Amino acid sequence: MNFIPVILWSDALVFLLLAVSIAALCYVRRHEHLLLPWRRVAKSRVAMGSLLVLSLFLLVGGLDTLHYRVALNGHYSPEVLSVFDKLAEPLRLQTEKTYSAPLAMTLYAMESTTDANGRVVRSYPRLKYGGVALTSSAQRNGDISRRATLGALAGLFIAVLVLLRVKRGALAIVIITVLIGTTVSLSFAYHVLGTDKVGQDVLYLSLKSIRTGLIIGTVTTLVTLPLALFLGVAAGYFRGWVDDVIQYVYTVLSSIPSVLLIAAAVLMMQVTIDTHPGWFATSAARADLRLVFLCLILGMTSWTGLCRLLRGETLKLRELEYIQAAQSFGVSSMRILSRHILPNVMHIVLIALVMDFSGLVLAEAVLSYVGVGVDPSMISFGTMINGARLEMAREPMVWWSLAAAFSFMLVLVLAANLFADAVRDAHDPRLNRT
Amino acid sequence: MYCASARTPAACKITPPYNIRMIAYLIRRLLYALPILIGVNLLTFALFFVVNTPDDMARMQLGVKRVTPEAIVLWKQQHGYDKPLMINHAAAGAKQFTNTIFWQKSASMFVLDFGYSDDGRNISREIVTRMGPSLSIALPTFLAGLVIYVSFALLMTLFRATALDIAGVTLCVMLMSISGLFYIIGGQFLIGKLWHLVPVSGYGGGGFKFVVLPVVIGIIGGIGSSSRWYRAIFLEEIGRDYVRTARAKGLSELQVLFIHVLKNAMIPILTGVVVVIPLLFMGSLLTESFFGIPGLGSYTIDAINAQDFSVVRAMVFLGSLLYIAGLILTDISYTLVDPRVRLS
Repeated sequence: MNFIPVILWSDALVFLLLAVSIAALCYVRRHEHLLLPWRRVAKSRVAMGSLLVLSLFLLVGGLDTLHYRVALNGHYSPEVLSVFDKLAEPLRLQTEKTYSAPLAMTLYAMESTTDANGRVVRSYPRLKYGGVALTSSAQRNGDISRRATLGALAGLFIAVLVLLRVKRGALAIVIITVLIGTTVSLSFAYHVLGTDKVGQDVLYLSLKSIRTGLIIGTVTTLVTLPLALFLGVAAGYFRGWVDDVIQYVYTVLSSIPSVLLIAAAVLMMQVTIDTHPGWFATSAARADLRLVFLCLILGMTSWTGLCRLLRGETLKLRELEYIQAAQSFGVSSMRILSRHILPNVMHIVLIALVMDFSGLVLAEAVLSYVGVGVDPSMISFGTMINGARLEMAREPMVWWSLAAAFSFMLVLVLAANLFADAVRDAHDPRLNRT
Repeated sequence: MYCASARTPAACKITPPYNIRMIAYLIRRLLYALPILIGVNLLTFALFFVVNTPDDMARMQLGVKRVTPEAIVLWKQQHGYDKPLMINHAAAGAKQFTNTIFWQKSASMFVLDFGYSDDGRNISREIVTRMGPSLSIALPTFLAGLVIYVSFALLMTLFRATALDIAGVTLCVMLMSISGLFYIIGGQFLIGKLWHLVPVSGYGGGGFKFVVLPVVIGIIGGIGSSSRWYRAIFLEEIGRDYVRTARAKGLSELQVLFIHVLKNAMIPILTGVVVVIPLLFMGSLLTESFFGIPGLGSYTIDAINAQDFSVVRAMVFLGSLLYIAGLILTDISYTLVDPRVRLS
């Protein structure tokens, strides 16, 4: 099959972020004093467990970031796919007509059909893909438990294989592999988390949402970091009018309630995008640019807090003896900043970045609800919740989309919070360790 | 006390009485707020009128495709956007500056004249009528929340490093990892639909049964992050020397906590709390829109969905105005609780 790789704007930024992280990693590995706090993180069982969960999320998000377009007799398909889409192809393509409950074999709503005798019968129609191998609903429970057991055993087997090499965290590894094994095994024959209004598999939607959440949480730091670092350190070190100007800028920006500033900026971006439809080759490119803009705007509103912290810390640092010694030796300001100040504020930057991540993931859902989040065509936790919210009033209730979105978000954010706490504790110089 | 640190005896004599210094301090703070408001005003003006021209806005409102130039001109005329942005070369004298979009749409907000929304209503009047419902939800949430969060944090501090504290912190981390939308949707479903205790949504003139659910959900939604924050503040205070002194003179742990620690933690607590008090007028976007409360929060959401830029602009300005008022209030509250803070 012919295909052409596509690099969307957000993909490029993710690759950039990846390159920066790898460079940072190499740097830290070569310096023992920087490695020390990370060794403390590695000793924490909670941190390692949450890192395991986070890396699974990162794996899904990463696979979903490698995009391509398939060649169709001469030109390329307008549909932008990702490697993850290819791997989860059955989930993506096996769409039902409308809602169906998790592990169901029939649709959620009754429909009128004419039977062999020409009479109109109201019944629950069978699904096209969910549980098609079964002949009657009596077999369903047996089939589900058989598949679940098989999957769990396969997961257990993989866990044993992994544990032969890795000696720690047996419980976490077993839980995760068994869970994944069961889900994968069941998803061959059922919609494990049901289907949504247009019949799309909710499990697939939830997994696709991960990338959006991760991008909002990470790419935003690409904007926050340089602004906050550069301006905060400059304001604290140079004082005088530089300090006044920078303080003025961040006071103005932070005095506008962030939701309103984001709303205003996103509305304006929408107008620009709508009046220039010719800019985008595919609808995915348009949705993607909107996502990048959202990250940009979130970054513009969230750098002020970190900037203030860095300014305060630099104010303290510049009075210390070693900085004054450097100044009296005639070391240039740029060199003092980069060699003496910057390394000594990096722990604040790191702590702020990991702490911000979970807040940004949660903010995405809220912003999408308000109507200033990601493009409605982009799959995200926010759009999932927004779409499912209106179905709350139905009887019996359609709960699975909401439950899936909230649970995935909870796991992601909880893991991120726990990991961030461990990183903060390990890097906080105020904690007394003896 | 102030004299002791002054360099010369002369500086002592000219120190004016407290209330005069307070007034001078207030005036200085207010003057300091003015440039920030001007900055906000210029920023919103740039965002709403320079990034996209009024023509773009008109096209957006009238539907992007198949818009005649006449319709755009008419729309701009009806909404008062048919003027130059900053300087009107056609006019003479002061009119060069006053007969412009900047003057009439942006600068006018300084005298709280927010103009008219796209459906022709007076935004200022709308704001005044909608503040009440917003406050009736936000104020109880704020006050009850503050008491509950601080008590919970004090409880965790009292039992610090025990199983109870660890359980409390774990609970907090769990609660703060859950999306705010979940609390609202889950609460509406459980209490409103399943148990039929109170109406799912509506305002009904501010009756108790309409207000109680959003307030309770608002409090629960904030427990995780707020209690953890207060706990961190209390733990930081409890490691200080004055606490050791208090214990050494034989005070019980409860006395230490409630009399000494709580009092000394006032400054960090006030920093986070006082600044949001004026913003309570704005209400909460999510709560109000889910519960159908006719406050400023739902007004903003409706404006965002209808792409009514004049209302969004007004809200941005009002929000920052209230935030700056909060900052000034915070500074005043410092001088009230901490005698070490000087009015200079």
